[in-house]
Amino acid sequence: MRVRRTFAKWLVVLGVLHGMVVCAGFFAPYDPVEQDRQSPYLPPMRLHLLDAHGHLHVRPFVYPLRLRESSFDQFEEDTTEPHPVKFFLRGARYRLLGFLPLRMHFFGGENTRIYLLGTDAYGRDQFSRLLFGGQVSLFAGLLGAGVTLFIGWSIGAVAGYYGGWRDSLLMRVAELFLTLPWLYLLFALRAFLPLAVSPLEAFFLITAVLGAVGWARPARLVRGVVLSAKERDFVRAARGFGASNGYLLRRHILPETSSVLLTQAAILIPQYVLAEMTLSFLGLGVPEPVPSWGNLLSGLQQYSVLVSYWWMYLPALAMVPFFLGYLGLASSFEERGAVYKIESRIWGM
Amino acid sequence: MRSIVLLLLFVFVGHQAIAFPQEKIGKEELLVLPGEVGRAGGRLVVSLRGEPKTLNPLIAADARSREVIGVMQADLVHINRATQQTEPALAKSWKISPDGLSYTIVLRRGLKFSDGQPLDADDVLFTFRVYLDENVHAPQRDLLMVGGKPITVRKVDEHTVVFQLAKTYGVGERLFDGLAILPRHLLEKRYEEGKLGQIGSLATAADQWAGLGPFRLKEYVAGQRLVLERNPYYWKSDAQGGRLPYLDELVFLFVPNADAQVLKFQSGETDMISQVGAENFSVLSKQQHGYTMVDAGPGLEYNFLFFNLNDSIEKTSPDIQRKQKWFREVNFRQAVSAAVDREAIVRLVYQGRGAALWGLVAPGNRRWGNEKLPHPARSLDRARTLLKEAGFSWSNGPDGGSTLLDSDGKSVEFSILTSSTNADRAKMAALIQDDLKQLGMRVQVVPLESRSLLDRVTQSRDYDACIMGIASYDADANSDISVWLSSGGLHLWSPSQAHPATSWEAEIDRLIEEQMSARTFEQRKKLYDRAQEILAENQPMIFLASPNILAGAKNSIGNFHPAVLEPYVLWNVEQLYLKNGMENATR
Repeated sequence: MRVRRTFAKWLVVLGVLHGMVVCAGFFAPYDPVEQDRQSPYLPPMRLHLLDAHGHLHVRPFVYPLRLRESSFDQFEEDTTEPHPVKFFLRGARYRLLGFLPLRMHFFGGENTRIYLLGTDAYGRDQFSRLLFGGQVSLFAGLLGAGVTLFIGWSIGAVAGYYGGWRDSLLMRVAELFLTLPWLYLLFALRAFLPLAVSPLEAFFLITAVLGAVGWARPARLVRGVVLSAKERDFVRAARGFGASNGYLLRRHILPETSSVLLTQAAILIPQYVLAEMTLSFLGLGVPEPVPSWGNLLSGLQQYSVLVSYWWMYLPALAMVPFFLGYLGLASSFEERGAVYKIESRIWGM
Repeated sequence: MRSIVLLLLFVFVGHQAIAFPQEKIGKEELLVLPGEVGRAGGRLVVSLRGEPKTLNPLIAADARSREVIGVMQADLVHINRATQQTEPALAKSWKISPDGLSYTIVLRRGLKFSDGQPLDADDVLFTFRVYLDENVHAPQRDLLMVGGKPITVRKVDEHTVVFQLAKTYGVGERLFDGLAILPRHLLEKRYEEGKLGQIGSLATAADQWAGLGPFRLKEYVAGQRLVLERNPYYWKSDAQGGRLPYLDELVFLFVPNADAQVLKFQSGETDMISQVGAENFSVLSKQQHGYTMVDAGPGLEYNFLFFNLNDSIEKTSPDIQRKQKWFREVNFRQAVSAAVDREAIVRLVYQGRGAALWGLVAPGNRRWGNEKLPHPARSLDRARTLLKEAGFSWSNGPDGGSTLLDSDGKSVEFSILTSSTNADRAKMAALIQDDLKQLGMRVQVVPLESRSLLDRVTQSRDYDACIMGIASYDADANSDISVWLSSGGLHLWSPSQAHPATSWEAEIDRLIEEQMSARTFEQRKKLYDRAQEILAENQPMIFLASPNILAGAKNSIGNFHPAVLEPYVLWNVEQLYLKNGMENATR
């Protein structure tokens, strides 16, 4: 029961986080590529409940930022007038889940723009970019992991079940792939492609590359499980009763690999998100102005940004709960897998 | 009696000993520089953006090599980087014949190369023979072709040389700036063997290399630094007669990128920094511990956007040919120019330390800009009207945004190349991308490593549009000749044409060539102004912005006066000195 509870806890955490990213248009107050050229590198605004005169407000509010006198990049709060945060207000157009055209946003300000995580070099809202960037990075990770697992699973199953020369061939190829320095492989692949790739093309390209490169490890794991499963008594018995290869794989052997696959998925997804970030950070991923987590952090390559604008680090912090969620999920999968096996032994048949 | 003889002898010998060096100095005609008198000694460390390729002026093409050669070599006539006027250098004086075709140059007496060998007219003859030799492929050769014919050089006596031009040349003696006079005694043998291109590597032994500049080779550590030492035979002195340069050593550290240069300067490892980006400048300005940052004002760099207008059909793909239909439309280029928010570029890219540009002449060049050139403010309405006139239309896209369509109903999409190592230009591209989105153009920005970028633009010509920057090396109109002339290599939108492709390019060619041989500044300026107007009307280059020259130095450096011309801080390296009692003198 304890295992099941932590499992559910991680699932809820991830569900909420992914929900926010999926509905980025709603939760983000602004269009992620809209440039507010009057306010580049604006620090994050603080949400207040107490105003400068000590009055308590029911509705949280912000003070707009203005340049401090005799400086050109130091900001201070202009406390003359509080600007309350409005909820469920109309703003920039977006499409919820990619098809539902809406203008409703969760929060925003009237007559002022609220930058919860500050703005970047072009005055774009970092908070909106973080949410929309998650769409690219997380889904590149999910899709890439899906492709990897599918390839790894098929190859592992074939190698483990049929054995013989097929096994040897596939496993040697897998070992070859394991030794490849994948980052350089990605560089090389990217260099072969046409110069200007649209953001969508770039996205699928990254996913495909990520998916195609990492299959070797899951394939080896699946092969191991299949190898041991096919020698089980009930599998031998089924074969003795004349079960076909397809039936055996489907009914008895592949279900055994599910816990390995799920654990692998929970480990691979954050790994691939990180890979996408690495590529975008190095300018090989989704092109500007489309946000992705790597793009968000790529500004930090410049020394001046590194030392002057601390809020440019915030996207990196915001990614931590995602990774924590996936790794938590992976460890509870492992535990659950162990429990589940025994339970299914008892009640399953 | 004996003692008297001895005494006389002593006096005589003593007199000789004193008189001899005096006589020597009397023979040497040192150039006396005005300005603050400094203190001799010490070492100055500056960073260089990577390792120079060569010390040989005959093959140096990269900026780093030229910077190092600049302090090791000297020219006959030099352009003062502060006043932007010509000054005598190795030439004590020069005279131009009434027809403007021959220049008589009188060399300074007592000149010596940094290895102590004397210089005479034969070295000058040898130098120009080498520069003009087609087999040497010196980059200087193009400069010395006036009116399509090479300059001829004739020796009159040991100290007088006459240069004969085929056609009058407006800038005259400016031609000689930067043309290093080479040591015949070291190079002649290699020249006759045809091996001049192979010498002058950084690993050359110090006694095998010589020049006439303030510093000479001392030590080279691969991948780390190049150490130069004071040239004891240098031909300049300060106002009090002390021989320049003041510094004993000049060290170039090889630091590959701008941020690392900033860190090295901040930590005190280097004494001066130049070519600082605006953002790094404000970081450095925030806490000036023992150093001072200086904004020297607008420089001569101009950044611009241009479209691929190349005619060579066989080289361009059908996709680019389709897009070129738009690019060739003057209205299209005018519309793009009208839509670009130059003020935003200055503010966001240069943090206000720069100037918006509407023409090729950057604001740092005060004499040559055309004041009548229009400076239209950003106007999307005007851009839309221009596009409508040229047959473009808009469709309402599914997202409420509209897409620009050409007369065939195809959507207008293209990519802009920028150098991946230049953060400033990448930022400009991102701003322009957003500006043009408001006209319904879908633009992609493609960062490319600068060598392959240049290759694409000048060789394969496989690109749509590109953002580049050029820094004029001199505040004279002629320094940008290869940009203006349709046959020029930097006529980037369609380089090295055999014949001008359009009538306006032909007109510009005519104006610029006429300008080159015009005799007075007024005549030249009038022709140059007209060329600028034609360029603005046709917008083959959409000018964006020009950054200020930003530099800094430790407070212990005396005579630090950054100029807006290259080399920004080392132009007066012979006068730089370390002030008394400063701790870094020993480092």
